[in-house]
Amino acid sequence: MATQINKQLGDNIFLTKLDAAASWARANSLWPMPFATACCGIELMSTAASKHDLSRFGSEVMRFSPRQCDLMIVAGRVVMKMLPVLQRIWLQMPEPKWCISMGACACTGGVFDTYAVVQGIDRFMPVDVYVPGCPPRPEQLIRSIIDLQEKIQSGGTVNAREFKLRILPEGPARFDEDELVRIRERNGFKLEDQKYDPVH
Amino acid sequence: MPLELLDSPDLDANKREGLWTLNFGPQHPATHTTLRLVLQLDGEMVMDAEPDIGFLHSGFEKLGEVLDFNQYVTIVDRMNYISPMANEIAWHHAVETLLGIELTPRCKYIRTIFAELMRLHDHLLCLGTCVLDLGGATAFMYAFNERETIYEICERASGQRFHTSYTRVGGLLYDVTDDWVAMVKDFVRKFPKVYRDFSGLVMKNRIFVERTRDVGILSREEAIAGGATGPVARASGVARDLRRDEPYLAYDDFDFDVCASQGGDCYARFQVRMMEMLESIKIIEQAIDKLPQGPIFAADTGKAGMPDKKEVYRSIEGLIHHFESIMPNRQMQAPKESVYAATESPNGELGYYIVGDGSFRAYRARTRPPSLMHFALFSKLIRGCMLSDVVAVLGSINIIAAELDR
Amino acid sequence: MANQSTDPKSSEIETVKLRLSELLSGISLDWSEFRNQTRVICPAAELLKCLKAFKAVGFDQLTDLTAVDLLEYGNVNDRFEVVYCLLNVDSGLRLIAKTYLNEPDLTIPSATSVWFGADWPEREVYDMYGIIFAGHPNFKRLLLPDEFQSFPLRKDYPVKGRGERHNFPVITRAES
Repeated sequence: MATQINKQLGDNIFLTKLDAAASWARANSLWPMPFATACCGIELMSTAASKHDLSRFGSEVMRFSPRQCDLMIVAGRVVMKMLPVLQRIWLQMPEPKWCISMGACACTGGVFDTYAVVQGIDRFMPVDVYVPGCPPRPEQLIRSIIDLQEKIQSGGTVNAREFKLRILPEGPARFDEDELVRIRERNGFKLEDQKYDPVH
Repeated sequence: MPLELLDSPDLDANKREGLWTLNFGPQHPATHTTLRLVLQLDGEMVMDAEPDIGFLHSGFEKLGEVLDFNQYVTIVDRMNYISPMANEIAWHHAVETLLGIELTPRCKYIRTIFAELMRLHDHLLCLGTCVLDLGGATAFMYAFNERETIYEICERASGQRFHTSYTRVGGLLYDVTDDWVAMVKDFVRKFPKVYRDFSGLVMKNRIFVERTRDVGILSREEAIAGGATGPVARASGVARDLRRDEPYLAYDDFDFDVCASQGGDCYARFQVRMMEMLESIKIIEQAIDKLPQGPIFAADTGKAGMPDKKEVYRSIEGLIHHFESIMPNRQMQAPKESVYAATESPNGELGYYIVGDGSFRAYRARTRPPSLMHFALFSKLIRGCMLSDVVAVLGSINIIAAELDR
Repeated sequence: MANQSTDPKSSEIETVKLRLSELLSGISLDWSEFRNQTRVICPAAELLKCLKAFKAVGFDQLTDLTAVDLLEYGNVNDRFEVVYCLLNVDSGLRLIAKTYLNEPDLTIPSATSVWFGADWPEREVYDMYGIIFAGHPNFKRLLLPDEFQSFPLRKDYPVKGRGERHNFPVITRAES
C-alpha cells in the first residue's frame, strides 16, 4: 500500500512541520533595512556591490522603508539624537523581524566612549546577531547573515512564538562604571552641578 | 524641466501660505547617512529648506582633548569615512606644523600618493552613489570595483582595508614594500580604461546630464562668503587649491593642473570631480616613479617619532626610544601655542586648529570640516528647484555626516 | 603653510597691518606670529568693528570660527577664547583673529552680517560652549538635541557625560 502511494506521488510530497517550512521561507528571503549611519554603512555598500555581492546569499533586496523589511542592519554608531529614530523605525517594521548590530560602535559604542554616543544599541532594543570589527569586513557581514539564517531555521516558529519569551532587556545592565563615578560625584562636592538623575 | 519657473521663482514671504512641509530624512536612501531636511514645498517646487543636523554627533573634539597626538589618529579616521587617510594626513600635518617637524622625502611621497588615492576613493563614491540615487545602479558597481582595488592597496600598506590609522607624528606606521609599489603601478596603468568607461557611462548619460545641469547653482560670491572650498568652490569659479597655493607634502615636485569650472551647477561640480581624478592619477604616476629611498621617520623628530620595529625588538636604544615616545610622562612636549593648518582633502579644505598646552596631547583639537560649510549653503542651492533635485544637489556637494557633525 | 614665509606674503601682511591701523585708529590690536601664521587679538567690545575692517582689507572668506575653553590652560586670566580664521581668497593671505570672553557675560556680536558663512559655526560654538552671538538670525542649538542642558566642550563637563546617553526607554523583543 505504502509503496503504491510512493509510486504514484514520487517526490512530490514532503512531510515537515509548519514551523520549519515557514522558517525556511523566511530565512532565505530576508529583506534588509540598512540603517546605515556611519563608516559601517560604506562597508555595507561594499558588501552589496560588485565584488562581494550579497545577493548570492538571498538578502540583497535593500528597502529603505521599514514597512517592507524584516531584517534591520544597524551599521554605525547611534547617538543620542538618532536613537529615538532608530527605535521608531524598529517598531514600524512588521513581524517577524530580526536585527543585526554591525560593527563595534553599534554593539558597544566602540572607540566613542563619549557623552553623545549610545554605548551599544542592545541597551535599548533587541539584537539577534552582533558583528565585531571596526568596520567589519564584507565577509564578516555575509557570515553574520548566514548565521542569522541558521538561527531562523533552527528556532523559528510560524506565529513567532519564540519572540514572546524575550521579555527582558537584552543588553548589559544599566548600572555601569561611569554611572558609579557619577553617583560618587553626586554624593561629593559636585552635588549642585547635577542636572540629571544618574540612576534611572 | 520648466526653466521659466527656475529663472524667476517667487520666493516672497507673503506668498508663503499654503506651503506643504515635507520631512526628508534622517533615514532616507539619498541622505546616505544621517541628514535631515525640513522642506517647504509649493507643489513640487522647494521654496525653503531647513537642514537639521547632529544625528551623528559623537564627540570627536572632546576625544581629541583626551587622546594624544598619535592615538587621536584612530578617531580622525572615522571622520570622513569615505576617504579615511585624507583625515590622518590632515591631522598629522597640523600636529607637525605645531611641533615644527619636517618630514623625510620618502614619507612625504608616500603620504602624497595616499592623499591622491583617497581623492580617487572619495570622488568615485561620490559620483557612484549620486548616480545610484538618480536611478542608475551600474555606475555604482563600476565605482566600487575600483574602490576595492584601493582598499587592497591600503590593506597592503597598513594592515587594515578601511580605517588604516597609518600616519604617525613625523612619519608612518610601516614603510611600504616593493609589491605595494607594484600594486600602485598596476592600478595607475589600469585606471584610465576604467575612467573612460565610467566617464562615458555617467557624464554623457542624457538622463544624468538633464537632471544635474542648471540645478543648484552657486555663484562665485556666495561660494566665497559662505566658506565653500574644494570642488564645490572650484565649480563656481574659485580656482583655489591648497595643493598649489600653499604646497604641503611633496606637491611642489609634481606637475598637475587645478580643475575649475564656471558653471556652478551640480553638473559642473561632478565635472570638476571627474577631471580631478585624472589629475590625481597624474600625480600618483609621477610620485611612484620618483619614490625616494631612505627612512620614513625624520632623524631630528627626537621623541616624537616612532623607532623602526626591528630596532625596538633588537636593541636597547630602540626600546628606550619606543618607550619614550609612548609613555605619557616622557613624551615630547608641544609648545604652548596654537596653529591652524589645512590640507586640500577630497571634499575641500580640511583644517585643524590645535592648541598645545605643553604636553603631547591637544588642549583643543578643532576640526574645520568642509562639509559643515557646504551643507550650510544647501538651503541657498535648493531654493527654487524641484523636489527631485534635492537628491542631485545633496549628492553633488557630497556631505559626509560624520565629518559634518563630528 | 611653510611657504607663507616668502617675502611677498610678509610684505602683504605689513600693508594689511598698516591699513588696519588706519581703519581702526584708537583700538589696540595685539599682533603676534608663530610658524609663519599671523595672529591678532581684538578687544571683545570692538569686535564687530574689527571684523568689518578685516573684511574691508580683503579677508573675504571666514574659513573657520571656533572657541577654546581656557579653564585648565594655566597662566591665563580669561575663560573663553573665540577664534576667527580668515582668508583672502585671491591672494591666499591668512589671518587668525582672536578675542577673549569671561564668565558672567558671554555675549559677543554675530559675524553673520559680515560673512554669512558664520551662521552654522556660530551656532556650533553656542552648542558646545554656551557663547551667545547677539544678532544671529536663527540662533539655537546646531548639533545636540534641544533638550540637552550642558555645553559639552567646556572643560568642566566630563567626557562620558552626565548620563544623558543612558536616558532612553528600553524596548524588549516581546513588546516590539
